Amino acid sequence: MTPPEPYLGVLDHTPVRHHILSVLVENKAGVLARIAGLFARRGFNIYSLAVAPAESNARFSRVTIVVDAESAPLEQIVGQLDKLVNVVAITDISPKDALERELLLATIQTDVDNRTSLLDIIAEAGAAIVDVDAKSVTVMLAATPGGCDDLEKALEAFAEVELHRTGRVALPRLGKTASA
Amino acid sequence: MQITGAQALIKSLEQQGVETIFGLPGGAILPVYDPLIDSTIRHILVRHEQGAGHMAEGYALATGRPGVAMVTSGPGATNIVTPIGNAHMDSTPLVVITGQVASASIGTDAFQECDITGITMGITKHNFLVKSAQEIPRAVAAAFHLATTGRPGPVLIDVPKDLTQSMMDWWYPSTVEEYDLPGYRPEVVLDEDAVARAVQLISQSERPVLYVGGGTLKSRASRELLAFAERTRIPVVTTLMARGAFPDSHEQHLGMPGMHGMYSAVTAIQRSDLLISLGARFDDRVTGKIPAFAPSAKVIHVDIDKAEFNKVRIADVAIQSNVAAALRAFDAASAAPQNLDVWWKEIRIWQEQYPLVYDEPLADGPLRPQHVIEAIAKNADPGTIVTSGVGQHQMWASQFWKFEEPGTWINSGGAGTMGFGVPAAIGAKVGRPDRTVWCIDGDGCFQMTAQELVTARAEGIPIKVAILNNAYLGMVRQWQEMFYDERYSEVYLSADLPDYVKWAEAMGCVGLRATNLKEMRDVIDQANAINDVPVVIDFRTDSSEKVFPMVAAGASNDDIVVHPSQRGGVK
Repeated sequence: MTPPEPYLGVLDHTPVRHHILSVLVENKAGVLARIAGLFARRGFNIYSLAVAPAESNARFSRVTIVVDAESAPLEQIVGQLDKLVNVVAITDISPKDALERELLLATIQTDVDNRTSLLDIIAEAGAAIVDVDAKSVTVMLAATPGGCDDLEKALEAFAEVELHRTGRVALPRLGKTASA
Repeated sequence: MQITGAQALIKSLEQQGVETIFGLPGGAILPVYDPLIDSTIRHILVRHEQGAGHMAEGYALATGRPGVAMVTSGPGATNIVTPIGNAHMDSTPLVVITGQVASASIGTDAFQECDITGITMGITKHNFLVKSAQEIPRAVAAAFHLATTGRPGPVLIDVPKDLTQSMMDWWYPSTVEEYDLPGYRPEVVLDEDAVARAVQLISQSERPVLYVGGGTLKSRASRELLAFAERTRIPVVTTLMARGAFPDSHEQHLGMPGMHGMYSAVTAIQRSDLLISLGARFDDRVTGKIPAFAPSAKVIHVDIDKAEFNKVRIADVAIQSNVAAALRAFDAASAAPQNLDVWWKEIRIWQEQYPLVYDEPLADGPLRPQHVIEAIAKNADPGTIVTSGVGQHQMWASQFWKFEEPGTWINSGGAGTMGFGVPAAIGAKVGRPDRTVWCIDGDGCFQMTAQELVTARAEGIPIKVAILNNAYLGMVRQWQEMFYDERYSEVYLSADLPDYVKWAEAMGCVGLRATNLKEMRDVIDQANAINDVPVVIDFRTDSSEKVFPMVAAGASNDDIVVHPSQRGGVK
C-alpha cells in the first residue's frame, strides 16, 4: 500500500466560479483573523485577499476577497461574513462587472543570451523595469489578473525567477452597480 | 468622577440591571472582586468555571434575560469555553467576563495567560479585548446589546488586569451610537413581498405543518403562535429547542420532530406540502438524510438570521424577521390554508397507531426510566422547570414530560453538552426562585458537574435532581447495541460506583435511592416535601431500555424505527 500523495496545491490562478467581495471592516486588531477564521471553519475557500486602509477614513479598512463560489454558495459566504460585528459593509462584484487589477513584482536572473528575449517579454506585457543590475532585472506589472497570469507563464522560460503577486483589488465597471 | 476600572466594570453591570453573576475569582480578575463586595449584585461562587457558564445559561433560558459569568484568565477562561460554545449553538444570551494578564504582559506567555478572544472567536457572537479603562463601560454596554438583540448569543469581554487597577472618568453610553458598533444592525424590516408570497403558499397548502424552533421562544412568540395555529388549524411540531413554545396538551400539537421525535410529528413533516419554519434551522437531528427530508414540501423559512436561509434546505420563501412579527403579519393578511379535515384525519391515524409507549413497569424493578419521568411529572408543581443533561434521559424527558409554557424546558440542544443539567438547574432556580426546578439527569452526565451541588447547598438553592442511573453511558450503549452488533466498548459505569446517596450527603444535599416502584413513589414524595436543601435521587433503571422512536443517523425520516411492541403492525 503506497501512502497517499501529500497535497501539493493546484496552480489554478482563478477558480471558474469566483466572486469578488469588497468588504469594509473596522480597522481594529484581529479583524483579519475573524474573517480568515470564519472562512476556515465554514470551509469557504479564499483565492486571494488584499487589505489596506480604506479611502478617507482611518476608522475603516477595505478587504478585497476573491472567493471560490464552488466551495460554498455565495449567499452563505456573504450571510456569514455579514454576521461578523466588525464587518461594516459587503459589496459583491460579479467578475463580468468588475474592473480588477493586481500588482506583480518579479526578479529574473539573466545573462547575455537571454536578456533580449526577457526585454521582449517585458515590453509585450506592458511591464516596467524597476531595478536592474548586471545579472538580474526586477519588473513590475499592474494589470488584470489574466495579464499577470500571462507574464508569469512567459517567465517560466527563465531558470531563476522570484515572483510575488499582491492579490487583486476591484471596483465595479462604470455604469454597473454592485450588489450590497 | 474618578473610579477604578474594576469599579467601572461592576457599575456598568449594575447599569445593565444585572442581579446575579456566576463566577470564580483568580489572579487576573482579582481587582474586580473587591468592588463586588459593595455591590447589590449577587455573586454565586461556583466550584468549577464550567458550572458558572452553564448556570448563566440556565438563568438566561429560565428568565429570558442575559446570563452573566465572570472568571479569571488562562485556565479559568478555558474552563468556560464549553458553556460559551454551548450558548453559541443554542443562541443563548450570555455575557462572559474574563480577567486577562496585564496589557504589557500580553503575548509573553505570562502566568495564566491565554488568548481567550482568539480561542472563542468562532463560538461567540462577538468578543472584546478591552484596551483602556475608559473603554470598559462601552464594552459592557455593547456586549449586552449584542447578546440580546438580533439572534442572541454569547459575548465575551476580556479585561487586562492593569485596566481594572487604573483610574478612569466614569461615564456610561446612553445611546446605541455610543456603543461604537458601525457594522451591527440587528433591526430588520419585514419584506412585505415575501409575506405576500408566504400567504399565497399557505392558502394553496393542504398538508401544512408549523415547524417551531428555538427562535420562537427567543422572540417570545408563543402567544402569536397559539393564535395563528388555532385560527388556521395547522398542526404544530416543536423541536427540542422549542419545547414549551406551544402547549403539549393542545390537540394540534404533534410533539417533537427528529431523530427521537414522535412518529406523528416526523411523518407529518415527511408528508407535508408546506413547512412553515419558525426560528428553526433544519438541524441534522431534525432532518435526517437531507434529500429525503419532507420531499414534497414547499418551505417558508422565518428567521432573524438571514445566514440560515438556504444553508441546509432551499426556502421557497425566506422572511428575515423575528417569529412574533412574522406571525402577526400572517394574521394581518388572514393567511389560511385549504380545508385541513383530510390532513387531520391522516395525522390522527398516525397518532393512534404510534403513540409514545414503553414496557410495563416491573413492581420489583429495575425501574423504567420513562415511568420515573412520568411519575415525577405527575407529582410536580404546575410550572415546574425541567433541565437535563444530554443522552437517553434527555430524550425521554423531552418525550414524556408535558411542557405547557415557555422557559420550562432547559437543555443543551445543538452542542449536546453532557453535564449541562445540574448547573443549568441551579441557574434556573436562581432566576426563578418561585418555581420548582427538577434536573432529569443521567449517571454519566451527573458525574461531570455534580460538584456544583456544593454551590447549590452553600448558596441555598434547593433544586431536585433525578439521576436515571442505568450504570451506562446509555445513548452510546444504545448505538452500540443497535449498530455495532452489541459490541459494548467503554460504556459501562457501574450503578454503585460512586455511591450517589453518600455523594449527595457529602455535598450537604439529601440523598435518596429507589430500586422498585414503591420506593420510587416514596422518594418522589419525600423530595417534593423538601424545599430548603437540594435533593438527589438515585433511580435504578433498566440498562437495556432504549429511546424510541428512532431514526438512525443519516437515514431518511421515512425509515423511522418505532418501539418493538409497535412493529409488524400496519405501517
